[in-house]
Amino acid sequence: MSEIRVTAEKLVEKPLTIAELRAAVQSGTTKAVDLAEGYYGRIQAHNPLLNVYLALTKERALEQAARVDAAAAKGETIGAMAGIPVGIKDVLTMDGTVTTAGSKILGGYRPPYDATSVKRLEAAGAVLLGKINCDEFAMGSSNENSAYGPVRNPVDTERVPGGSSGGSAAAVAANLAVATLGTDTGGSIRQPASFCGVVGVLPTYGRVSRYGLIAYASSLDRVGPFAANVRDAAEILSILAGHDPHDATSSRLPVADYAAESDKDVKGLKIGIPEEYFGEGLDPEVQAQIESGIDGLRAAGAEIKKISLKHTRYAIPTYYLVATAEASANLARFDGVRFGYRSPKSTNLSSMYKLSREEGFGAEVKRRILLGTYALSAGYYEAYYKKAQQVRRLLANEFMDAFAGVDAIVTPTSPIPPFKLGEKTDDPLAMYLADIYTVTASLAGICGISVPCGTTAAGLPVGMQVLGPHFGEAAAFRVARAVEAAQ
Amino acid sequence: MSTMVTLEEVERVAELANLELAADEAPAMQRDLNAILEYIEQLNELNTKGVEPLAQVSDLLASVVDSGDGATLRPDERTGSVDRAKVMRSAPETDGAFFKTPKVIER
Repeated sequence: MSEIRVTAEKLVEKPLTIAELRAAVQSGTTKAVDLAEGYYGRIQAHNPLLNVYLALTKERALEQAARVDAAAAKGETIGAMAGIPVGIKDVLTMDGTVTTAGSKILGGYRPPYDATSVKRLEAAGAVLLGKINCDEFAMGSSNENSAYGPVRNPVDTERVPGGSSGGSAAAVAANLAVATLGTDTGGSIRQPASFCGVVGVLPTYGRVSRYGLIAYASSLDRVGPFAANVRDAAEILSILAGHDPHDATSSRLPVADYAAESDKDVKGLKIGIPEEYFGEGLDPEVQAQIESGIDGLRAAGAEIKKISLKHTRYAIPTYYLVATAEASANLARFDGVRFGYRSPKSTNLSSMYKLSREEGFGAEVKRRILLGTYALSAGYYEAYYKKAQQVRRLLANEFMDAFAGVDAIVTPTSPIPPFKLGEKTDDPLAMYLADIYTVTASLAGICGISVPCGTTAAGLPVGMQVLGPHFGEAAAFRVARAVEAAQ
Repeated sequence: MSTMVTLEEVERVAELANLELAADEAPAMQRDLNAILEYIEQLNELNTKGVEPLAQVSDLLASVVDSGDGATLRPDERTGSVDRAKVMRSAPETDGAFFKTPKVIER
């Protein structure tokens, strides 16, 4: 590899890969400290407009960077992420660092521990730059529900970056971090990755620990990486994945070297194209890009098969019942007693609960708590929550049947390119429909990757969603690499 | 649009959820909930008689997730917990040992 020298002044326009940066830090040609300072310089320049970072963790970052540089100077082999500047979505805890989940109700909250995903990255040498903006409690598809203001899409700053991990996607797109962590409950990694033109990975449910993730809907919530390219994302997933005694749903299945898996070509892989993802509501420009991406996969030797996933149209109503029911229970903990905001107007315990929640939560969070509480309330449970759980099984079974015949499934990530700020804020249902192609995998628990796949005539990014079966990340990464290579 | 949820029901649900909606907030929530519930109605097109509800995908994956070692319970060993001082630094009101709240029982 040629010598790579990165200084605070000379951060390259095109970000280097994790492997290239790590090699440069290992050899000493680039100092991790300079790299971190370089990124903080970029953040200072671009954050006022983009509103990506909510808090910077400079002290912790520079101490870590200095440790990495010292280890490299002594000739020790540094970690897989050593010196790599990363950003953390603000729904993941960092010990002692303000963690708000994009909500006023957690303003000033300093958690007493690190999320497992955060800890694993840091143990691998990553330099944690700071906490990243998102929709309040990860509820949203545009990042406009943050109590700390919306994030702007670096590709077109009049447009949204997607949500809820909009800041995490925008950070990578604007090179304000080499990689970031996001979370995905109904599409919150994949849709913003698509909107910002970066790679976002939804790992299989149970592949990455949720410990330290502020819960929205526990049976759906997942933690995953954003990166500028597929191989980087694959490398990070191998670090994040694995069993954690703090999360009883985390899997003991061995973790693959996903980056090495992604190096394999797609010859002979069977890829399913579900007709239900190409119907009414799909923007013709998005459709054209996805079809051209599919042609590329065929040219690379994959076998393309038409398939049908008949229950797809029921996924949005199912999701908004399951997720809101779980949210209404999870968010009961925000009551002004143990952490976060307490209304100064409280006069007794009951008014403290109600006023703290009324003043601390934003409109979308209240809407979802109300819907979930309604769906779980006496007389409606069977009609709504139980019905949704039954349809969830049908959706999951349908995917498992489909994966008996194909190795991966490809679809558009989002039916539309990134929309303008304010365009959908008055119509919650229209906003929910932005998740129409992503909620299915969330409900089924399978894995997925959004990979850039061309742009519209106006230059807006289009993302292809590559879905794999439960714990089938390896095949999904291979397909995503092939899509990326054809760009 | 059909009205499935009345304003009184919105207020009842808000009470259950410990939310005190502002006067102008309740009608907006009623409108949104009705629009969403009307959309959700389409689930009734599906016959789900006899379909077992799925609460957690781990149920589907029991064979792979638990890898047969039966270790769903951890060993009963004493381990550390989070530091009390660290927890209390984010409490709205504390005496250092306990969380303090407004008076619970009126006399």
